[in-house]
Amino acid sequence: MAETLDIEKVRKVAVLARLKLSDAEIGDYATKLGNILKYVDTLNEVDTEGVVPMVHAVELSNVFRADEVQPSLPRAAALQNAPKTDGTFFLVPQILEDK
Amino acid sequence: MSIIGATTGELLSRLERGELTSVELTTAYLDRINQVDGKVAAFITVNGEKALRQAADVDRRRQAKQPLGLLAGVPVAIKDVLCTKGLKTTCASTMLANFIPPYDAHVITQLRNADAILIGKTNMDEFAMGSTTETSAFQITRNPWDLDRTPGGSSGGSAAAVAAGMSPLALGTDTGGSIRQPAGFCSVVGMKPTYGRVSRFGMVAYGSSLDQIGPFANDVNGAALLAQVISGHDGRDSTSVNAPVPAYSQTVNQPLAGLRVGIAKEHFVEGLNPEVEQTLRTALHVYKSLGAEIKEVSLPHTSYGVAVYYLIAPSEASSNLARYDGVHYGHRATQFSNMIDMYATSRGEGFGSEVKRRIMLGTYALSAGYYDAYYLKALKVRRLIRQDYDKAFEQIDVLASPASPNPPSKVGEYSANPLAMYLEDIYTIGANLAGLPGISVPAGFTEAGLPVGIQLLAAPFEEEKLLRAARMYELATKWQGQRATL
Repeated sequence: MAETLDIEKVRKVAVLARLKLSDAEIGDYATKLGNILKYVDTLNEVDTEGVVPMVHAVELSNVFRADEVQPSLPRAAALQNAPKTDGTFFLVPQILEDK
Repeated sequence: MSIIGATTGELLSRLERGELTSVELTTAYLDRINQVDGKVAAFITVNGEKALRQAADVDRRRQAKQPLGLLAGVPVAIKDVLCTKGLKTTCASTMLANFIPPYDAHVITQLRNADAILIGKTNMDEFAMGSTTETSAFQITRNPWDLDRTPGGSSGGSAAAVAAGMSPLALGTDTGGSIRQPAGFCSVVGMKPTYGRVSRFGMVAYGSSLDQIGPFANDVNGAALLAQVISGHDGRDSTSVNAPVPAYSQTVNQPLAGLRVGIAKEHFVEGLNPEVEQTLRTALHVYKSLGAEIKEVSLPHTSYGVAVYYLIAPSEASSNLARYDGVHYGHRATQFSNMIDMYATSRGEGFGSEVKRRIMLGTYALSAGYYDAYYLKALKVRRLIRQDYDKAFEQIDVLASPASPNPPSKVGEYSANPLAMYLEDIYTIGANLAGLPGISVPAGFTEAGLPVGIQLLAAPFEEEKLLRAARMYELATKWQGQRATL
């Protein structure tokens, strides 16, 4: 059954996710995410007392490598896909207000 | 003998014997793409000119008797989620519509070292999120066996390219079944290696603890050879495992004596299509006739797999896709009021609805107050799922199941109900959660002529066993030689 997520909650999550959504999208996600969250609630049936969370399939820890200088991307290559650049830096809108 | 539809082994021996040049071969596949891809729409980018230059170079070196790699002169199609230096890599997203990577993924370097020909980049679900290849921002790929149906996904373009004879080999990626499910739907072989077997460097990340790159081929031997080429340690992926790579292509034809094939009683549940179930039962008879023992095992947490996956994968995705902010690369909106609004507007415009849905789901599951209840809970059940498999593989060598509970869906079937689509991943998701290798092999057709695949799973790093078991089945059945007519 359709379980609708609170519209305000959806808006809050969209802000956290840095997604500008239309009202239609917000409404659609409220229903569809609500359905999915209701489904995943079935996990509450499983007794996980004392079970260690499994973050990775291959549980490696502390993979070290030698601290050696490796060649990195040349500046031009690093900037080649930039939406806005002056050839030296990535350009972004002004962050600090003018005094 | 025709080039189109030939196996990788056949093509390699004809090249080695000098009956065929790589330029002739590559031209034949490019012609085939020209003829049929208007109907199938498997490719986002065809790399024709560079592919022919690469082929001419291989031919020249062969003529000069210089040493050549394992795939010398043979075309490979590449899922558009793998970075190719100088060749557009879009992830089938408006966000990356014009992205030209400044470097190659590790697997692409491996292909170049093996002298394979990069024939083009294949369509996929946007950022590999989907099971039908319909969420691509650019085009809907059609199933070569029935153009009204999807090829599966998310690696649907790669599966369809091999099924339609547009490339003998292809690479895909598999986060919840995205190689094995489309392989089954398109009647080709597709394998997901053990997590850590293949470096993910240069693969655009979706769910980093689940993602793995793997081969598509029109026979098991082709898959073995391509798996051998791409496997191995790479220091640029800290989860890449430093263990020797067996020569899969050397052992794949050796049948396994005393093979124990498992089936899980939890796999035979409501929702399993009767024709798909019958196909699996017939396949088990084939194994029995080859001397294998069929054993029933139990995977008690099977029914929770989809829920665990649809918490973990979107959580990881919401973090991975945070990098698309319109600053370093990708789409930047033209209208915005400030920096934060530039991020949000660029992302709102650049991502499609399934990607946004998963980012939202993951952000929700990781947000304050929900982290323990959703994400952490899912990680705990994930361990229980892995323990189920560990126990099962004490008694069996491979686990057989359908690749998917139903035959390929009609285009548009799941558009209103994503949850119904998610539930179709029930047989493939476990291998990603547990990190196991799995392979999908053609196993026949429904009465309506739709392909059905069977899936075999094995314990971690048992790819060699998996490939040999799959090859035994392939040799004992007639499905490998069947080709879609277009």
